Amino acid sequence: MRFEGTDSYVATPDLMLAVNAAITLQRPLLIKGEPGTGKTMLAEEVAGALGVPLLQWHIKSTTKAQQGLYEYDAVSRLRDSQLGDEKVKDISNYIVKGVLWQAFEQGKPSVILIDEVDKADIEFPNDLLRELDRMEFHVYETRETVRAAVRPIVIITSNNEKELPDAFLRRCFFHYIKFPDKETMGRIVDVHFPKLKQNLLREAMEVFFELREVPGMKKKPSTSELLDWLKLLVAEDIPPEALRSKDRKTVVPPLAGALLKNEQDVHLFERLVFMARQNR
Amino acid sequence: MLIDFFLHLKSKKLPVSTREFLTLLEALKERVASNSIDDFYFLARTCLVKDETHYDKFDQAFGEYFKGVQQVPGLDADIPEEWLKMMMKKHLTPEEKAKLEKLGWDKLMEEFKKRLEEQKERHAGGSKWIGTGGSSPFGHGGYHPEGIRIGGKSAGNRTAIKVWENREYRNLDDTVELGTRNIKIALRRLRRFAREGAEDELDLDGTITGTARNAGWLDIKMRPERHNKVKVLLFLDIGGSMDDHIKVCEELFSAAKSEFKHLEYFYFHNCIYDYVWKDNRRRHGERFPLWDVMHKYGEDYKVVVVGDATMSPYEILQPGGSVEYSNEEAGATWLQRMLDTWPRAVWLNPEPERLWDYRHSIELIRTIFNSRMYPLTLAGLETAMRQLNK
Repeated sequence: MRFEGTDSYVATPDLMLAVNAAITLQRPLLIKGEPGTGKTMLAEEVAGALGVPLLQWHIKSTTKAQQGLYEYDAVSRLRDSQLGDEKVKDISNYIVKGVLWQAFEQGKPSVILIDEVDKADIEFPNDLLRELDRMEFHVYETRETVRAAVRPIVIITSNNEKELPDAFLRRCFFHYIKFPDKETMGRIVDVHFPKLKQNLLREAMEVFFELREVPGMKKKPSTSELLDWLKLLVAEDIPPEALRSKDRKTVVPPLAGALLKNEQDVHLFERLVFMARQNR
Repeated sequence: MLIDFFLHLKSKKLPVSTREFLTLLEALKERVASNSIDDFYFLARTCLVKDETHYDKFDQAFGEYFKGVQQVPGLDADIPEEWLKMMMKKHLTPEEKAKLEKLGWDKLMEEFKKRLEEQKERHAGGSKWIGTGGSSPFGHGGYHPEGIRIGGKSAGNRTAIKVWENREYRNLDDTVELGTRNIKIALRRLRRFAREGAEDELDLDGTITGTARNAGWLDIKMRPERHNKVKVLLFLDIGGSMDDHIKVCEELFSAAKSEFKHLEYFYFHNCIYDYVWKDNRRRHGERFPLWDVMHKYGEDYKVVVVGDATMSPYEILQPGGSVEYSNEEAGATWLQRMLDTWPRAVWLNPEPERLWDYRHSIELIRTIFNSRMYPLTLAGLETAMRQLNK
């Protein structure tokens, strides 16, 4: 199995190599990068390209490692016991399988996405060490051990909100998706809008990269925002000339709301434009 | 194979482990990468480097090893500053120091004006012109018993009377991970578990008692799960005499940041006055009045102040004593106010404990803090954490 990028996802050679290393050696792959650079998309595309099912586990601040394995619903069992339900005699009726268990029992390759692992408690990654390493865990309630017949491909994303423990990092491959340069960005846009007018694209990219250069921006516009913006430009049928004004710094680009998501950034930007106009 | 490469990375202070190295070899054996150096570079990076902040270091080390040159071009840019700092500094013998006459203040200012007029071009070394190094009373990085400092970093001697620059302070880098493990363990003493939040755990004892009371009819009791509840405010002294302790402070900061869920940190310089800041690059633009901080974080916060407490006693006792601006109220007043707001507070001092008795300002702060000052060593940290937990 090799991942070579897909029709709808542009992967740089270093990213492809990292994914292939993770596939070949069956180790988890940890992906970091600016928000909106396609970390979560990667797992979907890998699963799609390899033709295997994708199991997603989105992490929240309250998520516990155990929930990825299984949960024992003791409360409904207690209730059922009072009602005299027959079900109650078999404890396995009350065990709810988590994402990892589902993947382990597939019997064929699959992709597990552990999304935004940094959202969880500090102990979370440590609690999963053994499970991800050996791809097996023990179910205490039924005294059975669940083992993956075929090791799934594990892709973990992080937004760097918390540091991950060393022991966890050592077991992973790591890749940092850096923000695409102009050329890669052109290819990404091509993939999403194949029929986009060349001159509109060129003007839009200039505006976009200039906007990213504005100092002090709280949230720089990212790839996904550029794609949204282009979609709007095409839908509104904005001519390329509207983007190409001689003094680009003095005009707020049309539909800028798609690029700037933060009120303070919009204010900052408008103030800069205003100042540039005064200095003319 | 490649063991030298691995050791080379290690010697460049990259946190690589044997396990990761074996993974790399395994990947090579499985022919994940083709034979090109580019592919090998990507593969080595994805196997060995687990943090993007180390990418730069890895690039330099990789280039050095595989090009067989002494240094990669990017590294050169760092050297001039290092040069300024180290090479140009004249190491004067005590006799030479004594020989330098002590000019009076008025004469110093007069001389300074004269030199400014005379000086046309950059100058380094020597003993008359403004520049770096040397023993002229002007410029920075040199030694003269009563000198004026212009720009740059003060030399190890710290005799400059007035700071003539708007210093750029380095933000504490919390990526230092080596050696922080011990500190983390020490900080764990501060953990305090409490049940709070959603009730999602079965309280077995409570359920049994409740059910028995109910004459066998099930009465389920739930309770919230235990969480680490400790809240910490960290105040860090930065710049000036703290430069010598940057490494140990970085380690402490790095450990604290990953150990506590509720951690807020602020920076100050020498002594705490009416405002503190969070980002050293924007410290003059983005300030937090200490009153606001005191109102925002309640008394359940534990306060840890890290500083060498080494300054002129005026900076603590006198209104307007701050080296940076004119403060209306004395540092001691503010420190006392802090202690009134947060009774559980300690001061960690990176200076060796044996020096404490010789510095007046340390003695002063120790008195204000009711002798809750501890050295910034593992033992000191543990005692401090125990004190905070009382």
